[in-house]
Order: sequence, then structure tokens, then C-alpha cells
Amino acid sequence: MWIEWTLALRFLREGRIQSMLILVGIAVGVAVIVFLTALITGLQVNIIDRTLGTQAHIKVEAPDEMNRILPAHAGVMQLILETRRAQRLRSINNWQQVRDALDTLPQVTAVSPIISGPAFARRGEAVESVALVGINVERYTRIIPLQEDIIAGQLRVGAGDAVIGSQLARNLGVSVGDKLRLDAGQGRGSILNVAGIFELGVRELDARYVYLDMTQAQSLLNLPGAATVIDITVRDIFGANEVAARIAGLTGLKAESWMQTNGQLMNALNSQRLSTQMISFFVAISVALGIASVLFVSVIQRTREIGILRAMGITRQQMLRVFLVQGGIFGLLGSLAGGIAGYGLVWVFNHFGPKLFYIPVNPMLLVTSSMLATFTGIISAAIPARRAARMDPVQAIRNV
Amino acid sequence: MSEKTQEVLRLHGLRKSYNVGLPNEVEVLHGLDMLLARSDFTALVGASGSGKSTLLNLIGLLDTPTAGELFLLGEATRDMDDARRTALRGSAIGFVFQFHHLITAFTALENVLMPLMIAKGKPSRADIDLARNLLAEVGMDAFADRKSDQLSGGKQQRVAIARALVAQPALLLADEPTGNLDSHASDDVFALFRRFNEKLGCAVLLVTHDERISSACDRVVTLEDGRIKGDGVTLAKSGAKPLRA
Repeated sequence: MWIEWTLALRFLREGRIQSMLILVGIAVGVAVIVFLTALITGLQVNIIDRTLGTQAHIKVEAPDEMNRILPAHAGVMQLILETRRAQRLRSINNWQQVRDALDTLPQVTAVSPIISGPAFARRGEAVESVALVGINVERYTRIIPLQEDIIAGQLRVGAGDAVIGSQLARNLGVSVGDKLRLDAGQGRGSILNVAGIFELGVRELDARYVYLDMTQAQSLLNLPGAATVIDITVRDIFGANEVAARIAGLTGLKAESWMQTNGQLMNALNSQRLSTQMISFFVAISVALGIASVLFVSVIQRTREIGILRAMGITRQQMLRVFLVQGGIFGLLGSLAGGIAGYGLVWVFNHFGPKLFYIPVNPMLLVTSSMLATFTGIISAAIPARRAARMDPVQAIRNV
Repeated sequence: MSEKTQEVLRLHGLRKSYNVGLPNEVEVLHGLDMLLARSDFTALVGASGSGKSTLLNLIGLLDTPTAGELFLLGEATRDMDDARRTALRGSAIGFVFQFHHLITAFTALENVLMPLMIAKGKPSRADIDLARNLLAEVGMDAFADRKSDQLSGGKQQRVAIARALVAQPALLLADEPTGNLDSHASDDVFALFRRFNEKLGCAVLLVTHDERISSACDRVVTLEDGRIKGDGVTLAKSGAKPLRA
């Protein structure tokens, strides 16, 4: 391969301006792809982080209650008018065993049983409808890092303490240390001490969530020893559907992944990814065509030299490789330059941009894009290189 | 058979047609027989259209005959595959063309080394010494590191001759090597061919229009309408040397 590399490099150096122009072309293309991919990936990671920052990846609940319909006797036609049953709040059967079983699943990173139900929070004349969430702090914070979102007081539940959202605190005019009256209906009520105030950044949650100790919530909701939901996080967030299906199969419970509960979001993310891929694909195509056309011109320009080299004993295969190497060099150098430029753009965006979110820099992207571009370069050189290899030396030499 | 009379090239009923199988099929060479030995210094002459270039391309293994056979160093070449033909071309034949055809991206020395680099890869110390010696022989040692496009036509042709000889070919083919040079430069170039024919013992076949050149060769083969019309020894061979050698 020594002679192929030598010829390829000399040819590139001799056609310096041509080589520089196509390199700049490739670099611009690769920079666009790298920046766009990093931007969209960053944006998606950010959106998913924000979404999953306040919810579990999978929620496991007791299956819906159904009407049981007795089968009709043979020969009897049965007409049924069915009214769906109201779904009362109820516990997951044997939730302790389910929790322990889920703990052992390799894809699952955290399991947190909770009990949640509706109530009213009162202070004086003011009434707000709230969601009571009875948690085990140690388990729950592995799913939602609530301790990071405490803006006043501390994350302390149990023994008459509750943690409430900032919007709720504002609506009721309470602050840390104040008393809050909770009314869960059917005469069950309790007065709690506001130990801390959190702000998750989602208005709906900040206005409605009241975190309690599990036992307290159980007695308020009249479900002693119960857990109504098991929250789960998984290692691979995009594998949540499969894990949810597995859990449903394993336990007979209803398991819903974040992807199912956020169908719209997933749709948006997928379309975004698709459009990025389309743009990247078409930019890559035009880069490939650029490389091919420059090498075509180069093959035509070097017709005479190709003829001479063939006369001097260079084989068709060697001639082919000379131009494939040129394509590969274009791809590699262009993509390195483009990769650096793309990262420059990312850096500028992170430091001087609108600062809406941070684009993480993934060095693998540079490696993959360089490898892909080199490969593209070689592929796009194939047609001109074949043309060079097939050139008839007699014609080539005569063609002065 | 002595070293000097050893056969380099033999043509046997060599024919070449173009557009084979088409209505406009035309035969350019009509069965040529010819023998070249190592010591031969031969001119190939003929009017344009007589088939000189076609014959030269066939001899140079750049093209294949339609019928007949061409033996190079005793090997039948007609049915060789492209790889074998290319390898034989690289090792047995040196080319000198009318328009020098140096590769402009390389220096004079690298151009001379090119056939060796194609055959073997990175040149060895010995290869470089050989190339430098050849450049010195053609009087170009001072220009070894010049880019080839910075040299005059005569100088480029000298480099091209050194390049044709570097792989120590058995046969040197030259297509109008002096056609583009003034008479002084062409005398110099001709003298080089003479010298290498005698010194290295490689057969020389020159295609030329220039009667001064052809009459200074030892043997002249005349082509006319694709047939060999004359093949004879010249005055030069018989002792008189019209050109300075």
C-alpha cells in the first residue's frame, strides 16, 4: 500500500486548492451533523430529565376491578348491559412481596411503594384539593430526588410532619412550622406540622402534593397497611416498556411505563429524532456527492498520468486504491475539522447561547462521525476510482 | 545463443483489428512477423496511419492482438491476464513517450524511481543510488530534486529515459522520443539511447518520423498499410555514423 498512499497524498497536495475546497465542504457538512445531533440529543436528554425528574419510570398498580359475568347456559342467548365499575382506592395485594421481588430484577434500579389518595387541605376559610402521598423517604428519594428540591425547612415526614409544595404553601399562606389541617372525607382528618416546602418546578405538583409518612397516609385514607402504587426506576429509560411488560406478566398487576403515560412526548421526541436523522442523511449525501465529483474531476485531470503509471506496471487494483485512499483521506480530515468546528459551536452554545439547557459533549460522537465520514469518503470514491482503474492506458497516453 | 543475440521479442502472424464483430470492423495490422534481439537498435518508420502506434502499443503490452502471437522474453503474451501482463510490462519494458509524461507531483529523482516504487514499495538505499546514477548518466544529477514541471522539454526527456531504464528492462520502446525537441536536444537524446543499448544491452525500438534519426539506427523496419514493407540494415551499422554518438 506504500505506493498507493504516496501517490494519493501527492495528488492531493498537488491539487491543493481543489483539496482544500472539498475539505472545507466536508467539514461544514460534518459540523452541521455534529452540532445538530449534539443539540437535539442535549435537548431530548433535558426534556426527558425534566419529565422523569418528577415521575417514576414505571408505575405498578392493582389491576382494575371488573364486573364478573357468569357464562350463560348452553343454548341461552345472553344480552348484557354492563356498567363499568367505579375504581375505588385499594391496596396492591402482598405489596411487600412484590416489592422484594422487584428489588431482585436486574433492570430495576429503585423500587418505592407509596400510598396515594385525595384529600382537602384547609387553613381557616381556604380549602385546596390535594394529593396525599405516603412515602418511605429512603426509598422514595432514590426515585425522585426530593431532598434537592426542598426550598424551606427539611424533608421530614412522620410523627405528624408533612412536606408540601411551594404553590400550595403560597395558596394557603403557610410556611415551615405552621399547622395544616387535612381532611380525607368520611370524617377522617388530621392536623399536621409543615416540616418542609418543596418546589419540583411543575406547577401542578407544587400545588397539590402533600408528602406524609406511609402509616399516616394509610390511616387518613382508611387503608391500613396498604400501598396503592409501586414506583420503579430502570437502568435503560427507553427499555421501560419491556420492563413494564415483564413486571405485568410476573405479578399480574397493572404496570405502566413513562413512555405510555407520556405518549405525546414520546411522539414529539421521535419526530424530532427522525427529522434530525433526515437532515443528517441528506447533508451526508451531499458531502458524498461532493467528494465523488471532486475525485471525478481529478481522475479526468490525471488521465495522462494514470496511463503512464499503468504503462510503468501499476495494476488496476493499485490504481483503484489510489483514489479510494484519497476519498478516505478527504472523509477523515474533513470530518476531524468538521467535528472540531461542531464542538466549537456546542461550546459557544453552552457558554454564550440562550442557556435554556446544557448540551453535553460526547467524544464518541466525534469518533463515530469520523469513522462514518471516512467510510462515506471511500464509498463515494468508488465510482471515480473504478473509472481510473478501467482506463485504457493507450487512450490515456494518447489523450494529451 | 550468445547474450547479444538472445531473443527479446518475436512477433508471429500478429494481427490487430478494431471494432471486432461490428459492421465497421477494420484490420490495422495484417499478420506481422518480426524478431528483436538484445543487441538490436531498431527504428520503426512509416507514414501516419501505417499502424506504427498500434504495433508499439501491442509490443508494449498496452493492447492485445486479435490474432497471432507476441512472445516477450520467450513468453506467449496473448492470453495473459491483466495482472500478469502488467507485471511483465513493468519488469521487461521501458517506455519513452514523445511528450515525456513525467508525473508532475514528483521530483525528477522520484519519477526515475517510480517503476521500482510501483513494483516494490518504498525504495531502498540501493534503488536510490541506482536512480541517481542513471540521472548522472543522462546528465541530470544536478536536477534530481527539482519538480519535473520545472524542467525544460529536453531535460524532461532525459529524466524519462532514466525512468525507462531504472527497472533494467530487456526492451526500451520509444514513441517519437525526439519529436518534440530541437535538433541539438534530439541528438543528445539519441546518443543516450545508443549508449544504453551498448552499455546495458537492452534492445531499443524507436518509432520516428525523422529520417536523420532512423538512418542512424542499426536496423530500420518500415511499415506500410499494416504490413512490413522493409526490414534492413542501415549505413550506420555498416560503419558510417552520421550522428555523433
